[in-house]
Amino acid sequence: MPLVKNGKIATDIYAHVADGAEIPADGAILVQAARFLDDPEALLRRPGKVGVVWPNNRDLDELVPYLDRLAAVALVFPSFRDGRAYSQARLLRERYRFQGELRATGQVLRDQFVFMLRAGFDALDVKKEKDADAFAETVKRYTVFYQPTGDGRTTALSRRTQLRHSESASP
Amino acid sequence: MYAYDELDRTLLHERVEEFRDQVKRRLSGELTEDEFKILRLQNGVYLQLHAYMFRVAIPYGTLSTKQLRALAHVARRYDRGYGHFTTRQNIQFNWIKLAELPDALADLAEVGIHAMQTSGNNMRNVTSDQWAGVAPGEVEDPRIWSELLRQHTTLHPEFSFLPRKFKIAITASEHDRAAIKIHDIGLRLHKNADGETGFEVLVGGGLGRTPFIAKTIKPFVHGRDILSYVEAILRVYNQYGRRDNIYKARIKILVHELGIEKFGKEVEEEWQQLRDSALTLDDGAIEEVRSRFSYPAYEKLPHMPDELKQAAHDPLFERWRKNSVFPHKVQGYSIVTLSLKPVGGPPGDATAEQMDVIADLADRYSFGEIRVGHEQNLALPHVAKRDLPALWKALDKAGLATPNVNLVSDIIACPGLDYCSLANARSIPIAQELTRRFANHDTAGLIGRLHINISGCINACGHHHVGHIGILGVEKNGEEFYQITIGGRADEGAALGTLIGPSVPYGEVADVVEDIVEAYLALRYSPDELFIDTVKRLGVEPFKERVYATR
Repeated sequence: MPLVKNGKIATDIYAHVADGAEIPADGAILVQAARFLDDPEALLRRPGKVGVVWPNNRDLDELVPYLDRLAAVALVFPSFRDGRAYSQARLLRERYRFQGELRATGQVLRDQFVFMLRAGFDALDVKKEKDADAFAETVKRYTVFYQPTGDGRTTALSRRTQLRHSESASP
Repeated sequence: MYAYDELDRTLLHERVEEFRDQVKRRLSGELTEDEFKILRLQNGVYLQLHAYMFRVAIPYGTLSTKQLRALAHVARRYDRGYGHFTTRQNIQFNWIKLAELPDALADLAEVGIHAMQTSGNNMRNVTSDQWAGVAPGEVEDPRIWSELLRQHTTLHPEFSFLPRKFKIAITASEHDRAAIKIHDIGLRLHKNADGETGFEVLVGGGLGRTPFIAKTIKPFVHGRDILSYVEAILRVYNQYGRRDNIYKARIKILVHELGIEKFGKEVEEEWQQLRDSALTLDDGAIEEVRSRFSYPAYEKLPHMPDELKQAAHDPLFERWRKNSVFPHKVQGYSIVTLSLKPVGGPPGDATAEQMDVIADLADRYSFGEIRVGHEQNLALPHVAKRDLPALWKALDKAGLATPNVNLVSDIIACPGLDYCSLANARSIPIAQELTRRFANHDTAGLIGRLHINISGCINACGHHHVGHIGILGVEKNGEEFYQITIGGRADEGAALGTLIGPSVPYGEVADVVEDIVEAYLALRYSPDELFIDTVKRLGVEPFKERVYATR
């Protein structure tokens, strides 16, 4: 499963720690939510980055106290039809100002790339090789956006308002 | 009319190209049917009994003549020469080929029409009053707000994969023609004590297997806050709406299970976090959208022109005028409803030729504008009264002047088992038979306002729960049976109908409806008492007694 990070195919530096498996002494790790919450302080003290896989039906409130010490949060799309993680992503970025890596995992497919980027994901565990290869062209599909989200793309409404101001300012 | 600008047009073309690529990948096998299904649904493409069905959005029911001609072109070029107007200001084509869909969408995009989100678990076409902007006494034109919401809900990055479909309707009149109380979110535009524009927000309405009338969640949300408030509702729903059972996934179930107070509290908390954000609409943003709506340059015309006085001697014209012509906010003008319910015809269908005729007439008599209502009829919103006789003649020639608007044969029906893969029973032939039984327009006039709604299955696309008489097709031991309710309504006094008795077989439905109507004529207090008011006054029992006494 190729990882696309900041627009490019990248090596995954995180060791994915399966439930019950031993936690490596150092290096970047990605652990499940329950495992993390068992003893967050111990995990955060160890050398190496920590990322947490957060299920889409678990309240973010439990995660929020640790956000500034987490290097990554991985949200889950059990099916691409289940859109709960989009709300979690926007909350993490826009409300809780999470600055680390925000990763989409699960059934991550080409036709949802733009939605995911707009919701604040910057890393995608893409399910199909071919989709990952098509990343660059896929995210150029759209140039017009109606909704303001935390990704900072200018909305149609503000482009219009700017245009109107520049028109009325010209002689 | 709202005129698309360069940005709206660009987005539409980008959408068409994306779908073209998706169809290509499906045809090559790169996309599985399971993956493609959701993508095609988000572009209005269903797989029906015989072929793909293509549903095109007509946002808030407003069409230009250019757009209507493009719909006629699609009917002719890609389908079998007709289209079907639905109860949610959409038009459906029933025989489209998958490989040709991208071209059909590209042709429609040329005139600013799309099929985005006309199906799938996302925010559907935003609907409104088909008399918006012309109804006397309207607070203000609700289409400005409908368009703001249309844009906001289009390709929304957070809410394109909701637990289930999500429908928003807006009205700005005291009399609700947009059926807002049977929508996921209903918005009633009104002004507060300071004269500021805002909305009463209702939530959790919907029909289907578990029907609910929407409840008020907030009596007044200021216009500038409407996007953030809607966003708060959607965010609560996206996270907590049920995804384990398709029949319990609509927001109405969440509202029902939590109770409106608790649900309202969740939304309020979310909204407090969202309300001061980029979602707040400043006056400039609202003005920007408002400025893209154009209004006709009405003439100063007499209330009662000579042409109308002369035509009044023709009883056929008079019958049509009294039935299908409605008051306009500007003196000398009228709103004209075009019945798509001819005797013996499938409700809501229009041929490509009829669409072209209507477009020509709208150019000549209605400032190039056409409206589509949830009752599956069309309207010309700005007809000068002096033109009514000429318009009537032309409409009559095209089979579009059936004087049955709001009467017993103005039936709302879903496509039913003739087309739909979900249906248990036929709807269209029941409607056709009923229009024949009540073909005498004088009798129908005597009966007065009476809405019959027919659905071919529990999904309730024909809104049978809110028909004055509701007919629901069910399957019983492999045969078509029909449950009949009375007393439902979809307007500001929205109510669900009550079952009148055991279901009846296909062959008896029209007889039962006739018996119900006869019972009403015998029971009504006076000729002024409408069917729905008689049912309200007396309840179901006296109807039941009469209808089932001999069965």
